[in-house]
Amino acid sequence: MVGYTGKILRINLTEGKITTEPLNMELAKKYLSGRGLGGKMCFDEVGPDVDPLSQENKIFISAGVLTGTNAPTGGRYMVVTKSPLNGAIASSNSGGYWGAQLKFAGWDMVILEGKAVNPQYISILDDKVEIKDAAHLWGQDVYATTAALLEEFGDPKAKVLTIGPAGENLSMNAAIMNDKFRAAGRSGVGAVMGSKNLKAIVCRGTGKVENAKPDDMKKVLRSALAKIKENGVTGQGLPTYGTAILVNIINESGIFPFKNFQDSYDPDADLTSGETMTEKHLIKKDPCFRCPIACGRYNKWKGGEGGGPEYEAVWSFGGDCGVHDYDAIHVANDLCNKLGMDSISAGCTIAVAMELVQRGYIKQEELEGVPLEFGNSQGMVEWTRKMGYAEGALGAKLAAGSYRLAEAYGHPELSMSVKKLDIPAYDPRGIQGHGLQYATNNRGGCHVRGYMVSPEILGLPQKLDKDSLEGKAGWVKIFQDLTAVIDSIGMCLFTSFALGLSDYTEIINAVTGCNYTDEEILQCGERIWNLERLQNLRIGMTKADDTLPKRLLEVPIQSGSSKGSVHRLPELLPAYYSERGWDENGVPTAETLAKLGI
Amino acid sequence: MRVIVKLFATFRDGRFKVREFDFPEETCVLDVIQSLNITPEEIAICYRNGKDAKPDTVLHNDDTLALFPPVGGG
Ligand code: SF4
Repeated sequence: MVGYTGKILRINLTEGKITTEPLNMELAKKYLSGRGLGGKMCFDEVGPDVDPLSQENKIFISAGVLTGTNAPTGGRYMVVTKSPLNGAIASSNSGGYWGAQLKFAGWDMVILEGKAVNPQYISILDDKVEIKDAAHLWGQDVYATTAALLEEFGDPKAKVLTIGPAGENLSMNAAIMNDKFRAAGRSGVGAVMGSKNLKAIVCRGTGKVENAKPDDMKKVLRSALAKIKENGVTGQGLPTYGTAILVNIINESGIFPFKNFQDSYDPDADLTSGETMTEKHLIKKDPCFRCPIACGRYNKWKGGEGGGPEYEAVWSFGGDCGVHDYDAIHVANDLCNKLGMDSISAGCTIAVAMELVQRGYIKQEELEGVPLEFGNSQGMVEWTRKMGYAEGALGAKLAAGSYRLAEAYGHPELSMSVKKLDIPAYDPRGIQGHGLQYATNNRGGCHVRGYMVSPEILGLPQKLDKDSLEGKAGWVKIFQDLTAVIDSIGMCLFTSFALGLSDYTEIINAVTGCNYTDEEILQCGERIWNLERLQNLRIGMTKADDTLPKRLLEVPIQSGSSKGSVHRLPELLPAYYSERGWDENGVPTAETLAKLGI
Repeated sequence: MRVIVKLFATFRDGRFKVREFDFPEETCVLDVIQSLNITPEEIAICYRNGKDAKPDTVLHNDDTLALFPPVGGG
């Protein structure tokens, strides 16, 4: 199959050994690449009893089959590992330019095993791969590490993937960063890299990725690019305003969580909207590799400039913390990039800490004189910094993430998370399908595994009533399966506002030379979903973990247009299990597994 | 009757963010958007008091109408 380089790099850090092996094409046919193939190999090689932060865990940095091709947004890669947050298969996706370099260097995947005795980094120049001493980089932030490695490598076209201090400190909010501002953010993947004493991977490739059917590719690209350009979201909304354009939409829809989900409407949300960002902070757009959409922002703020916050970070440090100071939100987001943290979970952890203070569970004497009240932007920024460095007693507790923080104070229910992963910026009480998606999500509270906001709010591909339960189980299943496909080929999920299943199938076939049907491609997604489910089951998760925080099931939204709503999960879950071909306990039946060839 | 109209994204260009209007009884969404030189085709999301509304939805005193062009995801 074309598109794949056919080669995997396996690096054992304990032994300092570098080996190469062929990609298993039979597996690739069934699990594609990226999240799917990485997840399958993680499932097979990392047993259910492995401690995620021990040297037995492995990291599969897995590029997509379309990564490095001229497919629109074809530059992404996945970090797959056993999550230290919850034991599920973590697969965190990132854009930027690093993933394409890995393919240009001739590798589909890098597998990291063991644990180095001292801090190390890896240097890749095509097939010249070296493990090098990183003593001088350990303790450095992402920006300093990136600059130092680019200089050492001596080629401005090289790209750097690295952890920051948060990863070194094994924070549950630690991300793996690349190209300074792009993050494989979620599920604590940065901590796994830190636990291996691996600081960074600098990569430069001089090859290219071919297409099996160049003429077909030209045709499907023309059509895909036209659809992306013509679509209002991908052609106008995202390029003009970035993802923060959602602030006002989600707020007007009454599902903009405010002050740790104590409400779901922010009367002053426009102060931190995409419109306001464009007017006051935007310097230029900052697209990922081969991206015609360019939702990324390069912004300025009081005292600095750099990668601007995405919608999720605008919300987590803004509405969720009751903060309206856009400069402070930019500073907190920049700290996440610099210290290597997931800007969703970092902001959510601060918001949970604020509620713990509000309720008197965190005592004033623990605050070291730094305020931690909702709405206090200065405190929000300083505690974000302390969390990144795990500084002081409370800073270390924050670094453990919102669930463990709330649990330490005897109130885990105040963590607005699913399977310990913080729920992002859409209150499920006012959007029933999306809430079902959170609850059943294999990796936990995450919005990018089946973005039901698209039909339930944006009306794409068709408008669904966000408060209705009708048909939602089936929609969630299809969205989850299709997303698993997109995550497993190296394209950006945002293309799905404009493209449908057939577009992806055509692009995959043109690149690989295969003749997949739409049904077969969607079934790859379903197979990936079910395998991830099996991981959850074999580490001891049950139906009881397919849930939402108590507040979201029992306490109605107080104000805004979704006032009075709660999430009606118990009414949706049985239908979802049945759509999936799972039994009443959420276990895939033998027939389902046989059908999927698992 | 009093109706608050909120505009977002490109609809704000050359118009306003939020404005209070005095409309005659029986005014519907289409009347309002026409008065603003916006066509129904340009609208992706139209909320009357936070709930989906259509061009022929009739407005009432103290309603809030929120209008969005096709925008984004995150
Ligand atoms: S749409 Fe945004 S996140 Fe996706 S590839 Fe383009 S710039 Fe990157």
